[in-house]
Amino acid sequence: MHLVADRLEKKFGAITAVADVSFTAVPGQVLGLLGPNGAGKSTTISMLAGLTKPDSGCVTIDGVTLGTGADPTKRHLGLVTQEIALLEELPARMNLEFFGGLYGLRGRPLASRIASVLELTSLADRAGDPPSQFSGGMRRRLNIACALLHEPQILLLDEPTVGVDPQSRNAIFDTIEVLAGEGRALVYTTHYMEEVERLCDRIVIIDHGKVLADDSLAGLLASTAVSNKLTLKYDLPPDGVALTEIAQLAGVTQIDLAGTELSVSAADLGTAAPRVLERLAARGFSCQELTSRRANLEDVFLSLTGRTLRDT
Amino acid sequence: MSHTVAAFRALVRKDIAIFLRDRRALIVSVLTPIVVAAFFGFLFGGTGSGGNAISRLPVGITDLDNSALSKAVVDSLKHDASLETQLVSEERAQQLVRAGKLRAAIVFPGGFEAQATGALLDAGSQHPEVKLLYDPSQSMVQPVVAGLLTQHVMQRISRPNFTGNARAAPFTLDRIAVATGPRYNGYAHSFAGMSIQFVLFMGIDAGVALLLMRQEGMWRRLRAAPLSRAVLLGSRVVSTTIIAMFILTVVYLAACLIFGVRISGSVPGFIMVACSFALLAATTGLMIASVGRTVAATRGVAIFAVLLLVMLGGAWVPAFLFPEWLQHVTEFVPTRWAVDGLDAMTWRGLPLQAALAPTAVLLGFSALFALIAIWRFNWEDG
Ligand SMILES: Nc1ncnc2c1ncn2[C@@H]1O[C@H](COP(=O)(O)OP(=O)(O)OP(=O)(O)O)[C@@H](O)[C@H]1O
Ligand SMILES: [Mg+2]
Repeated sequence: MHLVADRLEKKFGAITAVADVSFTAVPGQVLGLLGPNGAGKSTTISMLAGLTKPDSGCVTIDGVTLGTGADPTKRHLGLVTQEIALLEELPARMNLEFFGGLYGLRGRPLASRIASVLELTSLADRAGDPPSQFSGGMRRRLNIACALLHEPQILLLDEPTVGVDPQSRNAIFDTIEVLAGEGRALVYTTHYMEEVERLCDRIVIIDHGKVLADDSLAGLLASTAVSNKLTLKYDLPPDGVALTEIAQLAGVTQIDLAGTELSVSAADLGTAAPRVLERLAARGFSCQELTSRRANLEDVFLSLTGRTLRDT
Repeated sequence: MSHTVAAFRALVRKDIAIFLRDRRALIVSVLTPIVVAAFFGFLFGGTGSGGNAISRLPVGITDLDNSALSKAVVDSLKHDASLETQLVSEERAQQLVRAGKLRAAIVFPGGFEAQATGALLDAGSQHPEVKLLYDPSQSMVQPVVAGLLTQHVMQRISRPNFTGNARAAPFTLDRIAVATGPRYNGYAHSFAGMSIQFVLFMGIDAGVALLLMRQEGMWRRLRAAPLSRAVLLGSRVVSTTIIAMFILTVVYLAACLIFGVRISGSVPGFIMVACSFALLAATTGLMIASVGRTVAATRGVAIFAVLLLVMLGGAWVPAFLFPEWLQHVTEFVPTRWAVDGLDAMTWRGLPLQAALAPTAVLLGFSALFALIAIWRFNWEDG
């Protein structure tokens, strides 16, 4: 099923939480909604899940406009909330029974769904324990499991890995990949670019409630003015003449000297790097340490907003 | 439709499972009312509870003698500032005392004057037997009325020809407790009052829990399911009502088995009053959840409000000890109707009809509270 967000807008009093958000989530793909704190990710998810009515714009599922309250279209959606929403003192199994019951599941079908989501999230051996006795990662996994019981074709995950150890994080990623592989459409919000790079087929970058970019990772890297970076360390930093020469080399887009560290940006490091090293060596500057880094989402975000994801 | 029913059941079962899960809280929630009620019942059921300033006691008088002396005594009683007298037939007196409209009634027998004056001259002669019908719920009323009666008779009878001072009263008093119940139990009232107080506390807890649910994101999660407001709030009312009835059942079981409280009136009437009160507690909680903001402030205000309500409802000190104006004012307090309704069906031993008004009032207040809750409930955030 296709989920379309069409020019969504939402204000809370004077605060515009979501100003203009549009995108389409398609079956079998994970769409990453990447943005810093307060970007409007959760508010967007609220509108996608039919919790909040947009001030303008609409959400459609296979062309049907999504309403709030008892709208049956909501059955196609599964929501994994940012705040863990579990019955802390009741056993995991009872949590699952409850959330399945909310969607009208009962008896044998419910039992078999519970068994399969427990297996998917590797919680089968802890089904009898209450989440209050779980680790952070296990609670996150159960939080996800609770959204899967009614087999939603569209899954909305709002920062599902917050406070999770690396092992559980990988388990969650595996689960998400399985779900996408089954042909579901997934919307995944996060402010970790590594997660988006690893998981998402399509990336929507939002900031201040607006979509800044909507593309695949490769597309984003190609379309934005970001480049790969070569970092060189010298005992004696290159002089002005050498720097001018390097800046004028073909393929070099930018250079920066910070103390003894020189960084050189280039679209194609393969051809630019040897020329840079050669020219510096000819000028008598011998390099002590050398690293190279491919451009990443962080650079994309920086180039789009002038800020890094981290320091917002 | 069946999906909605299944969802409704899941929501109700969840609330009840959470309530039953916490064994310690569960025990506290039924044990506290029992312990406190036992204490109050012990206090008020004991003998030494006179000395309170009370409002004018409504007392019925039946004069079967119609003699100069009996008329004079009746007249004298009429002018007593602590009594509000009313001349009635003996049969009517009995009815009124039983219905709680009169605190007591005095019946002067035929031949009262003749026998009383005879007894004055010769202590060994036959004493007239004056009946004192009294409402056994109020242990202090009976001695007060008996004392006043003796005082007025002595005053009147001594005027023409009485010489000595320290003579015994020239009549005997036949004290008759009038209640249809098999016997008065001092615990009955305190159990009504305390179960009401603590069930209301539970209602507040349920409301505060809903407030917490909204803060912690569970409410958001629930609203993601295709469920109407009616299902989400209605299930909450139903589960809280069921829990309230559970507490009432356990507390009254203890009252009956351990403290000898009897439902001397109508059992269906008792169930009606109890159920409608349980509903009231649930809607009170819902209203709190809809108007409250922070958990701490809401809990504080709600507890204060409940204490005020139960105090004015006569759960601590029976309402008949209130000054008269306060007795009237508190007719606008729902808990007053709950206490009176439970009292009527237990020790007062009144028939089903006496449960109708309290039930109707409690249901009316429940509807009002539910409407306020729906009106004020903020669906947007949280
Ligand atoms: N119920 C609300 N009332 C008022 N303002 C709100 C409400 N919900 C969100 N906001 C505001 O809207 C903006 C977007 O919030 P939102 O929760 O959608 O951001 P987010 O991208 O999910 O952030 P985070 O990464 O911290 O979860 C913020 O400025 C927030 O303060
Ligand atoms: Mg958020």
